[in-house]
Amino acid sequence: MRNMGPMGSMRTVTVVGASLAGLYAARELRARGFDGRLVVVGDEPHRPYDRPPLSKDFLTGRSDEDRLALGDPEENAGLDAEWLLGVRARGLDARGRRVLLDDGRAVSCDGVVVATGASARRLPGPGRGPAGVHTLRTLDDARALRAELTAGPRRVVVVGGGFIGAETASSCAVLGHDVTVVEAARLPLIPQLGPEMAALCAALHRRGGVGLITGTGVAALRGTAAVTGVELTDGRLLPADVVIVGIGATPDTGWLTGSALALADGVLCDDGCVTALPQVVAVGDVARVGGTRAEHWTSATEQPRVAVHNLLAGHTARTVRPLPYFWSDQYGARIQFAGRRLDTDTVRIAEGATAGGAPDEGGFLALYEREGRTTAVLSVDRPRSFTRVRRELARAATVQDGTANAKEPALPREGEPAVP
Amino acid sequence: MIPVCRLDDLPAGESVRTDTVPPIAVFNADGELYAVDDTCTHQDASLSEGWLEGCLVECPLHAASFDLRTGQPTCLPARRAVRTHRVTVEDGVVHVHVAAEEGTAA
Repeated sequence: MRNMGPMGSMRTVTVVGASLAGLYAARELRARGFDGRLVVVGDEPHRPYDRPPLSKDFLTGRSDEDRLALGDPEENAGLDAEWLLGVRARGLDARGRRVLLDDGRAVSCDGVVVATGASARRLPGPGRGPAGVHTLRTLDDARALRAELTAGPRRVVVVGGGFIGAETASSCAVLGHDVTVVEAARLPLIPQLGPEMAALCAALHRRGGVGLITGTGVAALRGTAAVTGVELTDGRLLPADVVIVGIGATPDTGWLTGSALALADGVLCDDGCVTALPQVVAVGDVARVGGTRAEHWTSATEQPRVAVHNLLAGHTARTVRPLPYFWSDQYGARIQFAGRRLDTDTVRIAEGATAGGAPDEGGFLALYEREGRTTAVLSVDRPRSFTRVRRELARAATVQDGTANAKEPALPREGEPAVP
Repeated sequence: MIPVCRLDDLPAGESVRTDTVPPIAVFNADGELYAVDDTCTHQDASLSEGWLEGCLVECPLHAASFDLRTGQPTCLPARRAVRTHRVTVEDGVVHVHVAAEEGTAA
């Protein structure tokens, strides 16, 4: 297949987004023999870096910026890409052949990889709010927060009990701050884990000495120059020197308004990451692939293989449906989840135990099941058992996709046998 | 030279982690013993808890894979090798000879 596509007609490919997904796409282009001009546009001034440590070891000071880099000088040289950093893309022309930049420049190209990711959602209100109010998404966000957290003990309120909120709260507690998490829902993580397992994971906050207030939203921030407190919708007032807003992210599609691409909470793509234009593909947090948009690290690293294959082939020759997988490190525990669960699935603890509504010291492994079949797996500090089930789930999903896919089979993961 | 465990306690397919600094993971890969630095070079995860297949171990966090014979990563996201250490069995006890310097040891 490789030589049948229009690769020969692809002289310039622009990757918009110097992100994890953008870098993986650039690597994949070169790995597949694309030897034309490769342009990478990034709105941040930094080369691609890994975001997961920002809320964890980077925030606590256990690791530094050099550990975040995703490439090294040797690889950067090998990629032979033009890096346009610190400049935002502001448009894509109707044919998808010109990427317009904020500084007035335009990049003419034959192929585009959209990898602009997502931006942290903010509380409603003007601007970024008073000083002391943070989001945590970018390296610059993390630098600013880290500087504030190392300036002495603070009263920290974390708005949102999802993974970013919980990890950040955990890191703040490690640094000795007084931390309270506010979650609008009855419990954090119910959509991801279901109520039973969400309750177990919520108990980890207690383990870390962090207060958890649920079922109430934020009415307003107090303070003019600097934040002094958080007013809750139930009337309570939490004094605060630092407020961290972790209420999710919105895909960065604004620059594509007016282009030929279909947008609906992400860039709409088929199962092969191909958009409404065959020479434009989308990957990572910004991409809604086959109806699903996942803000998962593994999606950002697995989609580019298929996206780039299809880009160079000129049509959707391959499809991707990676098994959803995410992990979170908080309060000394490692939470891992993989699979596709429905709210109607049952869940049971298959290994380990819980005590007093919290995970035991030895952690546990929980299986989600539907009609006798395992659909998803959750573990706390059981990485080995988790990997075993995750691999079984991935294998089952590959077999399913392979039979359902009338085109080329789904790509096997590295080291796994291809489906015949 | 660090005594690790009895050979009987490390059957094929199993692994053990030493309490050294840095910790070392010792694997029994179908009868062959290998030792490498336990911490994945990509991010903080214990390779002794990884998935062993032949003489490859897959990191439990992001599925980076390392060749236990050389310590070299075989796929992303890892880009740097883990150190390898020599393993011997004396009187039924598994010993690790910690490599003195960065890089790989025979």
